[in-house]
Amino acid sequence: MNATGEVLLAGIGIRRVWGGLVALDDVSIEVRRGEVHALIGTNGAGKSTLVNILAGEIPPSAGTVELLGHDVSAWSQPRRARAGLARSYQRTTIFPEFSVLENCRLCAQAKHPRPWAVWSAAARCETTLAAARRAAARVGLEDQLDRPAGLLSHGGRRQLELGMCLATDPQVLLLDEPLAGMGAEETDRMLALIDELRPGHGILLVEHDMDAVFRIADRITVMVNGQVIASDLPERIRENREVQTAYLGERA
Amino acid sequence: MEVSRAAVVLSLAALAGLAAYPLVASDFGIDLATKILIYAILALSLELLVGQTGLVCFGQAAFFGIAAYATVRFSPEYDAAAIWWLLPAAVATSAAFALVVGALSLRTRGVYFIMVTLAFSQMAYYVIHDTPIGGGTDGIYLNVPPSVAIGPVSLVDLSDPSQFYYVALAAMTGCFVLLAVVLRSRFGRALAGIRVNEQRMRAAGFPTYPYQLAAFVISGAIAGIAGFLFATKDGFVNPELLSWHLSGAALVMIILGGLGHLRGAVIGAFALSLLEELFQSREFVGGFADHWHLGLGASIIACVALLPRGLIGLPRLLRARLVGARHAGAP
Amino acid sequence: MDLATFLVQCLNSVQFGLLLFLVASGLTLIFGIMGVINLAHGSFYMIGAYMAYGLAPVVAESVGGGFFATLAFGIVLSVVAGYLLEWAFFSYLYEREHLQQVLMTYGLILVFDELRSIIVGDDVHGVPPPDWLAGSIPLGDLMSYPVYRLFISGVCILLAIGMYFVFTRTRLGMMIRAGSTNREMVQSLGIDIKILYRLVFAAGVALAALAGMIAAPVSSVYPGMGEQVLIICFVVVVIGGIGSVRGALLAALLIGAVDTFGKVLLPSAAGVLVYVLMAAILLWKPAGLFRAG
Repeated sequence: MNATGEVLLAGIGIRRVWGGLVALDDVSIEVRRGEVHALIGTNGAGKSTLVNILAGEIPPSAGTVELLGHDVSAWSQPRRARAGLARSYQRTTIFPEFSVLENCRLCAQAKHPRPWAVWSAAARCETTLAAARRAAARVGLEDQLDRPAGLLSHGGRRQLELGMCLATDPQVLLLDEPLAGMGAEETDRMLALIDELRPGHGILLVEHDMDAVFRIADRITVMVNGQVIASDLPERIRENREVQTAYLGERA
Repeated sequence: MEVSRAAVVLSLAALAGLAAYPLVASDFGIDLATKILIYAILALSLELLVGQTGLVCFGQAAFFGIAAYATVRFSPEYDAAAIWWLLPAAVATSAAFALVVGALSLRTRGVYFIMVTLAFSQMAYYVIHDTPIGGGTDGIYLNVPPSVAIGPVSLVDLSDPSQFYYVALAAMTGCFVLLAVVLRSRFGRALAGIRVNEQRMRAAGFPTYPYQLAAFVISGAIAGIAGFLFATKDGFVNPELLSWHLSGAALVMIILGGLGHLRGAVIGAFALSLLEELFQSREFVGGFADHWHLGLGASIIACVALLPRGLIGLPRLLRARLVGARHAGAP
Repeated sequence: MDLATFLVQCLNSVQFGLLLFLVASGLTLIFGIMGVINLAHGSFYMIGAYMAYGLAPVVAESVGGGFFATLAFGIVLSVVAGYLLEWAFFSYLYEREHLQQVLMTYGLILVFDELRSIIVGDDVHGVPPPDWLAGSIPLGDLMSYPVYRLFISGVCILLAIGMYFVFTRTRLGMMIRAGSTNREMVQSLGIDIKILYRLVFAAGVALAALAGMIAAPVSSVYPGMGEQVLIICFVVVVIGGIGSVRGALLAALLIGAVDTFGKVLLPSAAGVLVYVLMAAILLWKPAGLFRAG
């Protein structure tokens, strides 16, 4: 799988320091269109920090972030989201009290906010409703639109989380452990979903499930202690000595 | 959240009842009801902030009192000001204060936010209480209520209690409808999303600060309407209108009635005011009427402890109890 | 302002600040460790002051004791009362949202106020300091300073040192600090977190009541004293950072200075200054000057 799509999202020379602790040290990463780029590493390797910096939730101590060719290092998270960057969270962040449809519609609204139009009811806004239905259908929730999101199964919630990302029509997806807590069947479904999303999107996938990673990734980046120790095609990562010792254990 | 048909019917019936009330009520009753309607507007303004946007503001009295004082201060000493400019001016004053307080307070979160809003409200209280702006610790008088007239034709005489009552009722209904419409709009839904999960809203692409600030200003403006009405009703304002006790009472109203519902704010205003009257009336509590804070305090504690969803949640609570009892009692 | 007046105001501001710290330390402990906003904390201060007024004759008659005996009685009473209050009421607040805590403790203020009104009335009372502390000592040639105020500062400093010692050098202090950040771990160590919380709460109540008792001769005993001190204490806790006793001390001294000198230099703006200070600091550091520590 040769990923030759353009670079959609890039972190260049990212450095993050907390007090005296170096959480990220000169980390560079690229996400290309049509590519599933997996980010793996031990606990505390800095994966979440990197994702947060790419998403705009925390600023880097040094380095730049580029989105679709623009330097967005100083952009807030909402601004990056509107520019085409969506992220899902490891801990599900849906709106439990709203319906599945409303969850997606509200996210879609970010692209069509029109806050001054106070006289028009949101529930009748065709633009956001249509975007919401599309997103819900893409993740397989089209027959549960009216269900309160809090009543979904765990797998359903993770699907909804992904659906909410898609509601804004993003180009880049940052997925933070989307398979967390899923059984075999749900994992298969989610991986099939991600596979379907591959063309047209650039996907950065943070995961601990190694089987899933090797099944779906076009490229794997391995982080240990805040540094990138390898970034390559999956086959080569499997054979990489450093990665084996640091992370994969006796898998070889 | 959707409103059930029963709720709509009940609300309309209550409105009709309120409209008919002056026909049967005593002077005291009309006065009390007018006061309650004004508090209902204050409670509605707080519901927007707390119940809908999730911002627990402990300084709502400041917006109320500032508008009340502005009403008196802007009015000429012995002439009637025209309501057409006086009301907007008073509301604009409290909205401006809300803009400043909101802009600064929204930098904090959680418990700190509650405390900062309280602090700003205390600041306003002390400015009114201690400086010449307030005109003295005993309060100041509005000698002539504003005129409601088009040209030479007077539409409403605000010094007549019955007519004032209807003005207050119309204002409360208007605020209620306005808020209901706003909450159903995209702006309102965004506020709800920010309340439930601000982080997710930001991740989706909403800049949350402007939304929260807008809610603050709208809330301050509506509280300002209540303040204007209060000042024109009795023609007297004093610094206690900005006291944190009133802010606390407003919070009690919206929780007592039911957080998250506009109807809850109105119900809570009525319930708390009637509770206060009850505990102060000698017929019911005898000698304890002088110590009515005791009953009130105990009621507040009991209500928050036992009715987490407020009075609006009472039917559901009772139904659950009855259903449970039926199951438990089966042989 | 000449040097002597300045010195006097400095001493006053330190004394006020230390007294504030005494009350605020209880508040920030309860806040930081149990996560409860307790609006009724000021009521404990008021109750302490009324105890100083009401207990003195009782103690004098029954045990023949004087000032310190009254203090001792008052402390014991407040610890017991605090223990029972936590068990009967406050322990139910830990799991609740802040808004509910605010309202329930607001209701409690009303209840306490009326109980006080029913039991001892609404009059303002003066409480004389004990004879041996009632004089003044000379400061330089021109001014003298009341010994009792120095006594207040002394007591507060002693208690502050005591608290520091307990928190950093004793097992109890370690447990308390651990309990604030990691409930489950403390419980798994076999320590009953409920009793721990109860003790902390009782200590907080006792600190506030003691502050009221020793402040009574200086501030006199009046119905509104609880509310006044409460709001300022919230400012102290917020500026100092929730849960930080060290922060509470520094914030209290800062506010003592601002309030005391404010009243002298800008009397009409004095009430506002403290809140302006709070707003300014919070805008610069939204989590207070210090984190919990």
